[in-house]
Amino acid sequence: MSNLALTKQLPVKPKKARAEMAQIIGFLILLLVTVAMIMPLWFMLSTSLKTTKEMLAYPPSFIPDHFAWGNFKELFINTDIKFGRQYMNSLIVGVATVIGTVFSSSFVAFGFARYRAKGSTFFFMLVLSTLMLPYPAIMIPQFLLFTKLGLHDSLLPLILPSFFASAYMIFLLKQFFTTLPNELYDAGRIDGCREIRLYWSLTLPLSGPVLATVAIFSFIWSWNDLLAPVLYLDSQENFTLPIGMAAMLSSKFRIAPWNLMMAASLLSVLPIVVLFAIAQRRFVQGIVLTGIK
Amino acid sequence: MKSTRESRREGRLFYFFISPWLIGFIVFALFPVLASLYYSFTEYDIIHTPEFIGFGNYTELFKDDQFWNSIKVTLKYTFISVPLTLFLSLIFAILINQKIPFRGLFRTAMYFPSMISGVSMALLWFWVFNPQAGLFNYFLSFFGVGTINWFLDENYAMWALIIMSFWGLGGGMLIFLAGLQGIPAHLLEAAKLDGAGRLRTFWNVTLPLLSPVFLFQLIIGLIDSFQVFTQAYTITQGGPNYSTWFYVYNIYINAFKNFRYGYASAMAWILLIAVTIITFIIMKLSNRYVYYEGGRER
Repeated sequence: MSNLALTKQLPVKPKKARAEMAQIIGFLILLLVTVAMIMPLWFMLSTSLKTTKEMLAYPPSFIPDHFAWGNFKELFINTDIKFGRQYMNSLIVGVATVIGTVFSSSFVAFGFARYRAKGSTFFFMLVLSTLMLPYPAIMIPQFLLFTKLGLHDSLLPLILPSFFASAYMIFLLKQFFTTLPNELYDAGRIDGCREIRLYWSLTLPLSGPVLATVAIFSFIWSWNDLLAPVLYLDSQENFTLPIGMAAMLSSKFRIAPWNLMMAASLLSVLPIVVLFAIAQRRFVQGIVLTGIK
Repeated sequence: MKSTRESRREGRLFYFFISPWLIGFIVFALFPVLASLYYSFTEYDIIHTPEFIGFGNYTELFKDDQFWNSIKVTLKYTFISVPLTLFLSLIFAILINQKIPFRGLFRTAMYFPSMISGVSMALLWFWVFNPQAGLFNYFLSFFGVGTINWFLDENYAMWALIIMSFWGLGGGMLIFLAGLQGIPAHLLEAAKLDGAGRLRTFWNVTLPLLSPVFLFQLIIGLIDSFQVFTQAYTITQGGPNYSTWFYVYNIYINAFKNFRYGYASAMAWILLIAVTIITFIIMKLSNRYVYYEGGRER
């Protein structure tokens, strides 16, 4: 950056003033937009702590008069909602999906990254082509298949496919695995490692960060998924959180329980916030690499 | 040169490692794609065996107002939401890329909301758009706008969904930001030394270098918005007066409420074809308009 000093002297005064002006305007726009983006979050938080009466008041208050912590308790004790049970279901599906995706996708990506064979390019193109395959286009036969296997109204149809690798994750992991030096594997082979151990004891331990990215994103996709659970799950005890929350709208409440729903939304966002807090860099990397939010 | 025996061994290992995906591909992608093609030529309600009816489902679709309406609704959403979201996320990425205070904070605050998706987001915005006690009408009241019944009024429901979609632009912004930061500083400096102004530099240097990122986001954005379901299911149930009756919601209702799996499969196949064509066209266009640094790859 030796020529940085050079360029700094170049601009003439009025231009510099204009550039500063533009920066100030940019700053103000960002400030406004940020406030606008954060506002709904704040509204979610404050509504979750309001009593029903205050929730319906106009104009809406930004800080509740007194904090109705009971809303959160209500979620878990109200037997019409079964929130705790559904939270558990979502966690089970999420964790199982993460395990399935991480191991199967890394296994497959290892194959694509390390071995050449007749047809390996063709199969990789096939992987890439499924990236664009819309779930609604294939959901009906998948649904019929799982229903015929007697898996209707169970969590298994949501979990099982993840054990057969995800195209996005194969792509992501393959990119990373090909950067690992060949010498490493040669050394491993000389030490008498079998190929499966090259995957398990050599590649996986070296791939912590990228595996974390895979884990985080597969968890979030599973956690937020609505369409597949809607197809498979019928009974309230088996609902995952998204359906359960959507069902609160149409349930037996006289007034739509917005405070309870916001409390539920808040709790449902919690795992993602926690993941975000401990692994912000993985989030950024994952979004940039996969293009998926 | 590897010996035949060695390369055969390598081949076996390759297929061993990719076997989970291969099985999954056949069972969860290839079979469903072919099966839904078959179902699309049948009348099928899961109880009786599929009855072959040729192009019956397709001819019925082309006369079905609901089908055309769902396409109209989906395209309207797509053509407004996707370009605007792209444009705004680019603008905000450029703003955040300036030397301004609190950059990191702005970045986090902008993209954090995009993490909240699905039903949590739908419920939150349903409440924000609540006509009586919601935040949005309260905000508009400062500008003298009267009460708008967002999701109860067919003229506004779609707009509410579009406004909602802007909330998720942080992810796109982040991708653009990464693209902007990947632009080599020496190119920008060279343009400056050549006497190019800020706008000129942006138009002739920054934008061409960003075009692959732009293209990528456009494809993802289009394909995502063709598949809108959560908002229709959670908030509007396709209403009011079918103004938010999205394409995938239409498939869902026909298959899983009306039990017309054959009819819905025909729609699913049309979606598949549409997605393929769009991807193909954009890729073709990109050969002409997208600039890949260091020549064309692949």
